Amino acid sequence: MATTQPPATRDDPGKAELPPGAVPVVDVAGASPVRHPLRWLAVLLLAVLAAQLFHFLITNPHFEWSTVGAYFGAQVIGQGIATTVELTAIAMLIGIAGGVLVAVGRMSENRVLSTVCGAYVWFFRGIPVLVQLVFWYNLSALLPRISFGVPFGPEFISGHTNTLITPWLAAILGLGLNEAAYMAEIVRGGLLGVDQGQTEAAAALGMGRARILRRVVLPQAMRFIIPPTGSQVINMLKATSLVSVLALADLLYTVQSIYNRTFETIPLLIVACLWYLVMTSVLYVGQSFIERYYARGATRHAPQGFWNFALFRRRPDAPSPAADSPLAKEET
Amino acid sequence: MTAQDTQEATGPETAVPEATAAEATAGATGATGSAGEVPMVVAQRVRKRFGQLEVLRGIDLKVRQGEVVVLLGPSGSGKSTFLRCINHLEQIDAGSIHVEGRLIGFRRSGGRVHHLRPREVTRQRRDIGMVFQHFNLFPHQTVLENVVEAPVGVLGLSKAEARKTAMELLTRVGLAEKAASYPRQLSGGQQQRVAIARALAMRPKLMLFDEPTSALDPELVGEVLATMRDLARDGLTMLVVTHEIGFAKEVADRVVFMDGGQVLETGTPQEVLDSPANPRTRAFLSRFL
Repeated sequence: MATTQPPATRDDPGKAELPPGAVPVVDVAGASPVRHPLRWLAVLLLAVLAAQLFHFLITNPHFEWSTVGAYFGAQVIGQGIATTVELTAIAMLIGIAGGVLVAVGRMSENRVLSTVCGAYVWFFRGIPVLVQLVFWYNLSALLPRISFGVPFGPEFISGHTNTLITPWLAAILGLGLNEAAYMAEIVRGGLLGVDQGQTEAAAALGMGRARILRRVVLPQAMRFIIPPTGSQVINMLKATSLVSVLALADLLYTVQSIYNRTFETIPLLIVACLWYLVMTSVLYVGQSFIERYYARGATRHAPQGFWNFALFRRRPDAPSPAADSPLAKEET
Repeated sequence: MTAQDTQEATGPETAVPEATAAEATAGATGATGSAGEVPMVVAQRVRKRFGQLEVLRGIDLKVRQGEVVVLLGPSGSGKSTFLRCINHLEQIDAGSIHVEGRLIGFRRSGGRVHHLRPREVTRQRRDIGMVFQHFNLFPHQTVLENVVEAPVGVLGLSKAEARKTAMELLTRVGLAEKAASYPRQLSGGQQQRVAIARALAMRPKLMLFDEPTSALDPELVGEVLATMRDLARDGLTMLVVTHEIGFAKEVADRVVFMDGGQVLETGTPQEVLDSPANPRTRAFLSRFL
């Protein structure tokens, strides 16, 4: 290369006086950035759309913002929210517990067990939740009486299905059993994501299978399980609105029953929307924190405390892009 | 000592049928010459296959208490598999392995051999420590938690007691100041030393090392070997799969050369490493010169 003319010299006649093989003295500090006119156009467009939306929200009388305000903190809405939260919590607990069991069953060496667990996932994932809810609700048509006892033998307890399967129980069963199928796949994925060497090392230390799962594999699988589970919780919170078809007074059913009376449909739906957004936002923040907790040891940095995280404080040892550049190091 | 000698040395028990494994162990004791001492490991005609591939084709090996035995051989020769059979991480297909006179993974009753329950296998592993090529520390636990986990969870020691022992062991491997760190914050050599401390925390009678330095940068190998040398000096019974010929020469009481799932040669480091009788041993060692 040194003997031939450098291409730069040929391209730029102004630098032709440089001796062959030499490079001009350049400092890229303070270089002018690339312009992005299209981005500015997009920003302008979005600004106009935002202004329009704002105008629409303010000037359209059908929103009836005063009605929204009046109902937003109403006690009856609070009861609906409580039911929604309760359904979400219980159905998710059933879903997670059932999911872990089905996942472990699916990974079992016992062929029958793993097949049955696989079939469970196939069945409950394959039918829409709404259909499952309605089915549980109408179980009495198929099975008028439910009894517990020795199979084909004497009964211990029995009762009418209609008294046993209340709308609340139908909702819990429908949502929970469906969720267990999804959680099973999430948990299984998480368990498979943990290196086999971890199980071997724990086994070599004399740990039993249950202990290995509880102390070694699950805590590590949590890193893979938590993010999708978080979105499952958020999905579940929204899916509970389906139970309004069972006349269960969740948030949606509560606002429906009010606007069926008062015909303030839009403002009450907005109340529901706002509360769903508030709840999902809280869940989102909680999920991010739990994720950070289970990421301990996964990176070279210590996990961040809750308040630092909640208040959007940067962790002090976090690698910021600026800190990595040599220029920033010179400054400090 | 050549392969033939090994056969002779383990002759009494290989000659008897498997039903008399206990007597065979007794015979093995006699063969070592030190009366009353149960050998730490007695492997008899151990066979293991993975699908079509027969990885172990009749391994006979005896390790006395306090002995350091280094297993050498090309990759794929079955050394690691054999090591993993000793604590039943792999189940053997035929033959038997006794550790301290106890049949590993199986039990004999009524003239028949039965598989042990997982719980019983788990119990047998307590006395056998193992160190892995890739350390396999628990990344979600600190160094101290890693070392304390099994003594508390398996042996039922109190946390305070286990912590005290753990700190002593970490001091011994030179990592006491890293107790609060997470494994990923440590170098490979440090991680492996923690893994050794973790295994020692169970007070094992036998330690298995499965290529403990193979995943390390060359400049980190020394610290791990030094730790192992220290253990050997303390009289711990060790079975080491390694490619560190220097370590074998210096520390091993006996070197076993394996190839193709068989023990081809066994003897003192001088016998096997300096004047190997088997041409395949010679070919293997020539690569390290």
